[in-house]
Amino acid sequence: MTSGVDLSRPQAQTVGSDEDVVRVRQLVRTVAVAVKLSLVDQTKVVTAASELARNTLVYGGGGTVEVAAVDNGRRPGISIVFADSGPGIADLELALTDGYTTGGGLGLGLSGARRLVDEFDIQTAPGQGTRITITKWSR
Amino acid sequence: MALSADESGRLAGLLTSHVDQVTQRWTEVVAGQLRGRLSQAELRHQVQELHRALVDALGKGLTDLAAEEGTELRAVLAEVSRGQARQGFSAAETATGVFALKDALLSVMEADQSAGTLRDYVAFGTLVDQMGLFTFESYVRTRESLIADQAEQLLELSTPVVKLWEGVVAVPLVGTLDSARAQVVMERLLQTLVDTGSPYAIIDITGVPAVDTQVAQHILKTVVAARLMGADCIISGIRPQIAQTIVALGIEFGDIATKASLADALRHVLRLTGVETGRRQSRREA
Repeated sequence: MTSGVDLSRPQAQTVGSDEDVVRVRQLVRTVAVAVKLSLVDQTKVVTAASELARNTLVYGGGGTVEVAAVDNGRRPGISIVFADSGPGIADLELALTDGYTTGGGLGLGLSGARRLVDEFDIQTAPGQGTRITITKWSR
Repeated sequence: MALSADESGRLAGLLTSHVDQVTQRWTEVVAGQLRGRLSQAELRHQVQELHRALVDALGKGLTDLAAEEGTELRAVLAEVSRGQARQGFSAAETATGVFALKDALLSVMEADQSAGTLRDYVAFGTLVDQMGLFTFESYVRTRESLIADQAEQLLELSTPVVKLWEGVVAVPLVGTLDSARAQVVMERLLQTLVDTGSPYAIIDITGVPAVDTQVAQHILKTVVAARLMGADCIISGIRPQIAQTIVALGIEFGDIATKASLADALRHVLRLTGVETGRRQSRREA
């Protein structure tokens, strides 16, 4: 496989195993480098993607991730959508609290990922799955 | 069922009566495909072996490759594709080695109209297709087992615990730290601490591309386990971008010593141990 990723359209990756989380990370890193994010921002967005992809796998029971290069007219950036059709989140505020976890982790994945990116949008309801969109702009 | 009993008999007859033409043409087609990556002698031997196994199987009344009569033929096919998978041939090249038999059959039947009808050729082709698909499957299975072996070897290779100094061991982590690897790392480190009686361990994460909460949690657990055994852990190789990410994520390393480089970590440990020996010496002098 070559590292050439077509930036003109979103790249999709299903998440069904730990290996897929690694693939998401590699895909996000490739796009982040292509839209010229700084090394720190690359690391931040890759880490956020790693957290959210693992959430999709562990809590959402698997799902899909879509990575796209975006442009708001002034700066290029990277936008990633994590979608699953799992149980959803009942109490969003609680889930976004540092240290709260239902899975035995550190409880920093969701809240930490929000701090690592520029834009963080979450749509969820009990029984309706979860859809998270994050965006990081190059500086 | 690929062949009727009659067709099976006719194919056996055709292969036996035109043995030289068939193997000759078969070898030519495969040789053209492989472009000299397998010696002519090896190739001829391989084709002759397949030919012999096929004739034997047909002689026993083979009508379907999956049947009992095909056991030995399947073994030969599997052997050939295993060999090619290990030598780095592509799946298509390996399967073509079998499909080339169709070319050989066609040329023989064209030259000798009495050898068989079009209906026969189609039936023979079905058997060759079965053989080709079987070869393909064996090839994939061999490749999968190769990959599984390599993954296991990688797990073993990528987690060495090295002795840096008297009483100081280090684990240089490289690549992705998933649960399986974290477990191997922890076991190795704890065992080495016992074996060498080292009071200090340095976990170097220079080669870990991203430290997320799961990686951090694995490292923290390893440090706590080492502490329970009376060893102090230092985490080194924290690059600027990793440090900023850890802060933004909100991961706390607490009172665990962290350093930017492995050299800093070693210096830190040596200072700790050096101060102690220094005191002892001064006491002796006094």
